[in-house]
Amino acid sequence: MSDAPETFEFTADSKAKADAAIAKYPEGRQRSAVMPLLDIAQRQCGGWLPMPAIEYVADYLDMPAIRVLEVASFYTMYNLKPVGKHFVQVCTNLPCWLNGSDNIMRACHDKLGIKNGETTEDGEFTLLEVECLGACVNAPMMQINDDYYEDLDSDATKQILDDLKAGKQPKTGSQLERYTCEPLGGLTSLTHQEELRAQKVSEKGDN
Amino acid sequence: MPKLTIDGNEVEVDAGLTVLQACEQAGIEIPRFCYHERLSIAGNCRMCLVALERAPKPVASCAMPVADGMVVHTNTPEVHKMRKGVMEFLLINHPLDCPICDQGGECDLQDQAMGYGLDHSRYKENKRAVEDKEMGPLIKTIMTRCIHCTRCVRFTTEIAGITDMGMLFRGEHAEITSYLEKAVDSELSGNVIDLCPVGALTSKPYAFVARPWELKKTETVDVMDALGSNIRVDARGSEVMRVLPRLNEDVNEEWISDKTRFACDGLRRQRLDRPYVRKGGKLQPATWDEAFAAIKDKVDGLSGSKLAAIAGDQADCEAMVSLKALMANLGSANIDCRQDGSKIDPSLRAGYIFNSTIAGIENADALLLVGTNPRVEAAVLNARIRKRFLAGTFPIGLVGEAADLRYDYTHLGTGPEDLQAVLDPGSEFGKVLQAANRPMIIVGQGALAREDGAAVQALTREIAEKYGMVDKASGWNGYNILHTAAARVGGLDLGFVPGEGGLATEDIVSACGKGDVQVLYLLGADEIDMNALGSAFVIYQGHHGDAGAHRADVILPGAAYTEKNATWVNTEGRVQLGRLAAFPPGDAREDWTIIRALSDVLGKSIEVGDLRAVRSKLVDANANFLGIDSITSATWGEFGTPGNVSAAPFTSPISNFYMTDPISRASETMAKCTETFLGSPEQKTGTDG
Repeated sequence: MSDAPETFEFTADSKAKADAAIAKYPEGRQRSAVMPLLDIAQRQCGGWLPMPAIEYVADYLDMPAIRVLEVASFYTMYNLKPVGKHFVQVCTNLPCWLNGSDNIMRACHDKLGIKNGETTEDGEFTLLEVECLGACVNAPMMQINDDYYEDLDSDATKQILDDLKAGKQPKTGSQLERYTCEPLGGLTSLTHQEELRAQKVSEKGDN
Repeated sequence: MPKLTIDGNEVEVDAGLTVLQACEQAGIEIPRFCYHERLSIAGNCRMCLVALERAPKPVASCAMPVADGMVVHTNTPEVHKMRKGVMEFLLINHPLDCPICDQGGECDLQDQAMGYGLDHSRYKENKRAVEDKEMGPLIKTIMTRCIHCTRCVRFTTEIAGITDMGMLFRGEHAEITSYLEKAVDSELSGNVIDLCPVGALTSKPYAFVARPWELKKTETVDVMDALGSNIRVDARGSEVMRVLPRLNEDVNEEWISDKTRFACDGLRRQRLDRPYVRKGGKLQPATWDEAFAAIKDKVDGLSGSKLAAIAGDQADCEAMVSLKALMANLGSANIDCRQDGSKIDPSLRAGYIFNSTIAGIENADALLLVGTNPRVEAAVLNARIRKRFLAGTFPIGLVGEAADLRYDYTHLGTGPEDLQAVLDPGSEFGKVLQAANRPMIIVGQGALAREDGAAVQALTREIAEKYGMVDKASGWNGYNILHTAAARVGGLDLGFVPGEGGLATEDIVSACGKGDVQVLYLLGADEIDMNALGSAFVIYQGHHGDAGAHRADVILPGAAYTEKNATWVNTEGRVQLGRLAAFPPGDAREDWTIIRALSDVLGKSIEVGDLRAVRSKLVDANANFLGIDSITSATWGEFGTPGNVSAAPFTSPISNFYMTDPISRASETMAKCTETFLGSPEQKTGTDG
């Protein structure tokens, strides 16, 4: 978790990404790139947007700071407060809840010792209850930074958090034996596709 | 033109209107909170729902363009039910604090809840509470009351041209705020108070002061700048409680500047409520008779050339015409209404008014600003320029002090030499003016109130003629003088300028210093150098203990602009009537009556019996005074004195927008604004402690 910086400036890498985002829009419409730029700034700042970053983006796009702040405060995926190195977002909407998201939240509480919206003292984890992340098919699920972890139960959740604590990268996606969102235990229809899938899996190296 | 049926009646309206506007044309009122005809359409309050046949769901009429054959219902039980639903949602989080809310009695939400509200609340949960925001010394915020119509955000962004306000967060957590809770730094910020349909943004100086139904409302005009904004003065007893704008499309639309709105607390402080006579070096309270006798003592036997009179920035025409008559009876030609030392040519009307008219700005297609900062000199007019600017293809050039005018312009330089350069059709802005069909020039007092003012004016006339700013064929006249004083055009119209062999302001002041002028009559004139008057006997007639009263030997207490029935002429040459909203304090009197009484005492009666007689004198002086609220276009001709111009840059005559006259200098609110927006309290003049 980083403290609020006094100033903010894009790194060369961020700048290249930002300019690529701006180049997608016609000349003079650079403001349209405000959302990608905020995302780039957020990643550079370690997961959140301090005020200097918002003002920097405003200057970069030649728009008033309040308009950028409006965007940054409207969308929930921009964090206006510092978050931990691992930003744990647990879905608690209906399909996940029906499949036991309460247990996932409890597992997180137990493992991390923090409540919803809090950050661990060492700044490693932030826990947040969020609305639907669109992976209902493998409910319950949570998102940690850019990765989805699906088909969770209490133990799997704890295992993932343990792995992250230990600096290991846990398996992403479904925690059960299934390929993306296919039925558990293999395909029940269009079975001739299995060969194709196996090919894909071997190409990619994992699921 | 599309035809549509509204509540069974077929109406034909202009294409491009919205359903709400079409309903209004058909005489049907649609309830609304977020829609405002001068702001962009937001469509977020949903109060204006109507039923549209063949539409799957209710339609927000403010955001729905009309189409041929639409069948609209605005008054069916279904529509009522929809609006009741919207109202119920709006009221869920709106506090029930009407008894302690300053908006009470003039609240859109309160009014519309009478029509569409339920008699009880079905909402049992906790209401949300929102932290109040700090928005400076003028706007008080109670953000829990906010219904998120975003009118304030749209006003500040679109009309005022500042990007301080916005709506943060979303849904139940949405909050209106200014960026980092800065004070809203606009000369027009007070208008958001009128725009706010609820009590979220209210007037800070007026907080918990009065209820609207206790106030006597008087429609009058403003004198804080030369615009003559139409205002409504709300008074309780003899006290002016607040000033609100009045709609006049040709002048101020429905906006007024913060000085117009908030300087009225200055009317309660530093007032001159009885005559004073200086005895033994000290001003002593006196009666009217004593004051007049002291003047008679001094004036009797003096030749006219030893007398002089200067009219101030807020003098009304009745007082000026009376004083002019008195000075003529006394045989003096030393009168001037240009206390700022402006060299403006009074001989030709077209040379000293805003010929294109304020509304005419919207027809212009290029603008040259000379020695003016309209943002501080006439904030509402500046909003009109911005409105034209936003409409597109409106190149603006400025010769004068560079400043943030709330729109883009090309800075062409700071002094007369840069103005001369514009005369070259090959120059950058010369080309722009050449290409324009209806170019206009706005000349400020910063360009005229200087040694070479007459030559600068001749130069501006040359530019106007060269680039076809005056086109007899089409009737377009884009030569405009922007005055800073409400009294100026009136004074020039009725000839309150040096007569033959008479002295102008600067000469009067220096003649006082030399002893050539022994009696100086100041009609509310406070902006001249009082220390340069030598031993002259100074008569000050005015309403505030400001610089003039401080120097005076005799003080005659007059009426402020809210306390008399009087005439002012705005910078366009529009004759407007001010009306008495409250009586002057103590012994103070309407100004022309003071001058008439004095003329009798001096044995030089100006022979006017009543206000009607004074006004007929006005008409005698200038037939334009016949046309109240109307504009007579002025004939073009020669004016100004061609000559050498100096290299000195133009400077704006106004350094502090919030304090420009005795009333605003006495105002606590304006002092707070000065401190907030300009850093430190301005050094005050006169007798303020």
